[in-house]
Amino acid sequence: MSQNTNELVVYVPCDSAAISVGANKVATAIAIEASKRGRHVRIIRNGSRGMLWLEPLVEVATPSGRIGYGPVTPADIGPMFDSGAFSNDPEHEPTDVLCIGLVDEHPYLKNQERLTFARVGITDPLSLDDYIAHDGYKGLHNSLSLSGTDIVTQVTDSGLRGRGGAAFPTGIKWKTVLNTPSAQKYIVCNADEGDSGTFADRMIMEGDPFVLIEGMTIAGIAVGATYGYLYVRSEYPYAIRTLNAAISMARQHGYLGNNVLGSGKAFDLEVRVGAGAYICGEETSLLESLEGKRGVVRAKPPLPAIQGLFGQPTVINNVISLASVPIIMDKGAAYYRDYGMGRSRGTLPFQLAGNLKQGGLVERAFGLTLRDLLYTYGGGSASGKPIRAVQVGGPLGAYIPESQFDVPLDYEAYIGINAMVGHGGLVAFDDSVDMAHMARYAMEFCAIESCGKCTPCRIGSTRGVEVLDKIIAARADGQDAAQVKLLRDLCDTMLAGSLCALGGMVPYPVMSAINHFPEDFGSAVRRAA
Amino acid sequence: MNPIKNEFALTFVPNRRAQIRPAPGVQAAVDGALARYHGVRGALLPVLHAVQEQLGYVPEDAVNVIAKALNLSRAEVHGVITFYHDFREQPAGKHVIKMCRAEACQAMGAEHLIAHAERVLGVKLGETSADGSVTLEAIYCLGNCACSPAALVNGELVGRITPDRFDDVVSGLYALGHHNEVAA
Repeated sequence: MSQNTNELVVYVPCDSAAISVGANKVATAIAIEASKRGRHVRIIRNGSRGMLWLEPLVEVATPSGRIGYGPVTPADIGPMFDSGAFSNDPEHEPTDVLCIGLVDEHPYLKNQERLTFARVGITDPLSLDDYIAHDGYKGLHNSLSLSGTDIVTQVTDSGLRGRGGAAFPTGIKWKTVLNTPSAQKYIVCNADEGDSGTFADRMIMEGDPFVLIEGMTIAGIAVGATYGYLYVRSEYPYAIRTLNAAISMARQHGYLGNNVLGSGKAFDLEVRVGAGAYICGEETSLLESLEGKRGVVRAKPPLPAIQGLFGQPTVINNVISLASVPIIMDKGAAYYRDYGMGRSRGTLPFQLAGNLKQGGLVERAFGLTLRDLLYTYGGGSASGKPIRAVQVGGPLGAYIPESQFDVPLDYEAYIGINAMVGHGGLVAFDDSVDMAHMARYAMEFCAIESCGKCTPCRIGSTRGVEVLDKIIAARADGQDAAQVKLLRDLCDTMLAGSLCALGGMVPYPVMSAINHFPEDFGSAVRRAA
Repeated sequence: MNPIKNEFALTFVPNRRAQIRPAPGVQAAVDGALARYHGVRGALLPVLHAVQEQLGYVPEDAVNVIAKALNLSRAEVHGVITFYHDFREQPAGKHVIKMCRAEACQAMGAEHLIAHAERVLGVKLGETSADGSVTLEAIYCLGNCACSPAALVNGELVGRITPDRFDDVVSGLYALGHHNEVAA
């Protein structure tokens, strides 16, 4: 192919986080400025690299690699052309202040172990050719020559555990569905990523949708399910658009349909859009919602693997779990299992959010520490004040104080400190945070989002808000011991008596706040009764 | 002959709401949505989304038609509409601003920003301005947690919002007077 020496390839992310800070306007500005100057610039809309504090991150392709600039505003484009930033001349030394050098060499990216996110930010999310050129669909090709049992064995041996938060071994779930005879089985992808501080699912769906489609297809081939549903929250309109476009491309090219790649096996899927209910991230509630009902939690058993969607055996997995399957089936179970520690195998895309200088996505093997993530990657707080508390694992995760920043991020180690790794999201707070207020918010959120089926969650959360209001009102005079005791009792009831993780885990943020930050609940014990 | 007098049968009057004939626009939107999802299993949510996309809300007179078509009771349809935060029973304002108040945004000052928004717009969270120009709502996580605080403005995601940037977005909306334009 003849290379037009004048043509320059420039990458501007189409990830919604980048768009939220002006990426579309930057892309337009580049196109306008280039045409004004008679320059040929091909703009590729890639996914985000995950260095979100640098968004919009513009990358210019040069013979030595992609050079990054960020965060770029439309006003920077003219000066960037003037300073020669938009040049693929290997002799050119970038002088622009926004220049971060070779993107792949940036320590934030270089020191990651990107398996699930291998392509995100590098490829055009809606280019099937790009996907295939970067090892896409190798896992499916391998799977098509294997029996269902062999695929399930590979996934089990990889040690992959549910990345949605519950960390249940994925292979065991699949095995149950495989061994449950039925004329119709389903694959359901839980893309109702409602936890604050998490955006890995969204970044995969917007940045590499084919990997998720491939993962679901492999799951379908493995357990004998011919149809899949991708349940995406309505708060993710960009992800919904990208997925729909990718699904129709995959269908057109024979990767979905009645005869997947000529194998004689059928698998197809569709996107279903949620309607703003946090509880629908709970798997049984999600199934109810897919069936067109109120998202009310089901009692278990029966397990969804035996009686799931429309009463049929159903694999229901999180986005990251399913998106990790293609690389396992491509490179083998051992390759994936060799990352990680203890019983937490493989990698987890950690999401650095809240009050951090360098928020973004860091995929690393299990076993690194919160301190590493917060300071080595996150660069400390955005406000410059000390980091006081970090909520790990979403709104139902515990608040971690600095004294526990060195506990390795591993499912079991976190359970050991009454916390959870969950979906790998972490939200940092500086020392201006009021932990009693955060505890109250956790209860308030639970009251707003409770499905109402079980009493501890439905009523307990409202009573929790009231008790915390009393504690907050009294704290200037010291801790209201009677109310604190009541709160602990209430949390105990919710923990033990709720039907699902919403009511059952909201005590984690509440109790961790009161245990680790008692000073925010009134310093001295005021009275006994 | 039945000696027991069935008073209920004599006095039963079908519920007024069950007999409401939808306005023509509503009927057309519902028919379109039902046709689009004909034969789809678990079609209620997609149908409600489609109706709301057309009309901006799910009017009361749509409920009966949807229920009949999907072989559900009106209570079931009403239950679903009221369960999910997305579905509206009343039209929203011309512009809809949904401010995230989840933890990551709180860590970056969302509460102050929301107070600022309430002052600027003259409405509280959950309210629509008297002139119908704007609805301000809370939302819980937009997945933009590394660019907090975030909001959804007429369906467009906006990140790293400062009070100044919020004012720019709002003045952009009022100046342009149409949807889908966000001053970023």
